[in-house]
Amino acid sequence: MSKILLQVEDLCTSFFTRAGEFKAVDGISFNVHEGETFGLVGESACGKTVTGLSILRLLPEPAGRIVGGKVILDGTNLMDLSKKEMRTYRGKMISMILQDPMTSLNPVYTVGNQISESVRLHQGLRDEMVEDEVISALRLLRIPAPEMRIRDYPFQMSGGMRQRVVGSIAMSCRPRLLIADEPTTALDATIQAQYIALFKDIQKQTDVAIIFITHDFGVVANICHRVAVMYAGKIIETAATSTIFKAPKHPYTSALIHSVPRLDQKDERLYSIEGQPPSLLNLPPGCRFAPRCPEVQDICQKEQPPTVEISDGHSVSCWKVK
Amino acid sequence: MMLNIVPGIEVKPEKKISGLSRGARILRGLSLYVPATIMALMFITAIFADLAWIGLPDVGLSPYDPNAQVLKERRLPPAFMEGGKSEYLLGTDNLGRDVLSRVIYGARISLSVSLLVILITASIGTILGMTAGYLGGRIEGFIMRVVDVALSFPGLILALLLASIIGPGYLTVVIALSALGWAGYARLTRGETLRIRASDFVAQARVNGASTLRIMFRHVFPNILNSLIVIMTLAVGMMILAESALSYLGIGISAPTASWGSMVADGRNDLDRAWWISAFPGIAIGLVVMSGNFLGDWIRDKMDPRLRQL
Repeated sequence: MSKILLQVEDLCTSFFTRAGEFKAVDGISFNVHEGETFGLVGESACGKTVTGLSILRLLPEPAGRIVGGKVILDGTNLMDLSKKEMRTYRGKMISMILQDPMTSLNPVYTVGNQISESVRLHQGLRDEMVEDEVISALRLLRIPAPEMRIRDYPFQMSGGMRQRVVGSIAMSCRPRLLIADEPTTALDATIQAQYIALFKDIQKQTDVAIIFITHDFGVVANICHRVAVMYAGKIIETAATSTIFKAPKHPYTSALIHSVPRLDQKDERLYSIEGQPPSLLNLPPGCRFAPRCPEVQDICQKEQPPTVEISDGHSVSCWKVK
Repeated sequence: MMLNIVPGIEVKPEKKISGLSRGARILRGLSLYVPATIMALMFITAIFADLAWIGLPDVGLSPYDPNAQVLKERRLPPAFMEGGKSEYLLGTDNLGRDVLSRVIYGARISLSVSLLVILITASIGTILGMTAGYLGGRIEGFIMRVVDVALSFPGLILALLLASIIGPGYLTVVIALSALGWAGYARLTRGETLRIRASDFVAQARVNGASTLRIMFRHVFPNILNSLIVIMTLAVGMMILAESALSYLGIGISAPTASWGSMVADGRNDLDRAWWISAFPGIAIGLVVMSGNFLGDWIRDKMDPRLRQL
């Protein structure tokens, strides 16, 4: 396997509010290799987006704070960088596509102008060269007639096109790591499939590593090489995508997979998980999934399960596999 | 231009791309050209009232010295009315001064006061409002409390206070109107900044590595400019009226010097027998205010790329 690009070690991020401390991300660790697509899956409010923002150190201040842990990109711990140094990483080394790319473009500037902003910020090119870079960024995302399109305003483009423009901005400085936060959620199924194919293609061309945040296992199966499943601020299972689908070890993972409708199986009713995720304000002392778990044991209520590597690259936090 | 969408079939583009009917387009044109012309004429009159500023005090648009009194020819009606004299196109006032000359010179005071005050208040207000809205926290709390004080402070009392300290005059008017006027802009821009700051493209800019200052100027400011321009153009009228009120109270431009506001005030006792003394400066105020509003709308439409194509 190729070199490790990003190492997240025991990352803890909390939001401090009047009601108390919300542990949005509570001690997660994972690695992302060069040229790999790493999926971060989980239901809403499990800490996926906060993980992405923590890597970029862009939490909504002053409430959100990284409480502990390391984020090591290519040997540098991002937590040790000054604010200014961190800015030079954003957009250049690490890019992020936000949850709703449809509104991520500034309505008052042309598309070309917005892509060139990132190019100018990080590459210090002369004007003639900036335009070439912008066009090549658009071409990378397969936008037809980029020479014409750079003069368009966002409102003149369709949703799918705008999304590609957002992708071009993210890729304009050829980052090493791209964090895509549910980039396909706002799209319909056909465009979604095209967009995912495009991502794969871009990865082949540029060898960028992608952290793909999603709640959609269909998308995971399509694009991710490895997946981490998150629940209530913790990673409960990490494995290669094929392993996750064939042999999920954590009850939550298998429950999630079973609650996705499938064409090749004739189930009467779709599986659903009873109950709701615990409040991040007062978490249960034991396993966080214990109150909803169909295979719960006594120990699950009392103690948090350790993370165990059961085979190469497959680790689970569950008392059942212990 | 030929558009070949399907090979072999030539599609001629429609002559008229714009979706508006002919009448609507003429109206739209008028709503730009008429107020733009009026505004331009007003400024030209103000600038070329005389050419003293290039050393030619005797050459200019104004037929007479605005302060020259001819007491024998007081309250003469305009030239087009019975009893009017062709030398005095818009008549004379209660001291026998030419109304036209005074309206022309009055443009200088009224327009420059309002422009100056708007520039000062809008700049200060925008900088403070954007800072408060973007940075938030204690800075915002402090700025907005000052804004509250400024908005609740009676402007007239401040003006009277200033006049008693530094004496009435042009500068007093500008300071008195600016001292509190910025607060409205600060409140507006703060609200708008809060709205823009929460938008995804600001988040995206942060993700791309833009600094706070850069986001404020490049992403926030252009998006609040629309509302700012609308408020600024509306303020043209308000400032002219405010200047008139201050001059009327004797705080502003002192007696012989003509300003539109003071002229309206001067003529109030003669409204029954010599309406023209107040009416012509009043019409001038009305024209400028209306042209300002129309131009403001037009600029706002032009600045918004979504409306630009209509």
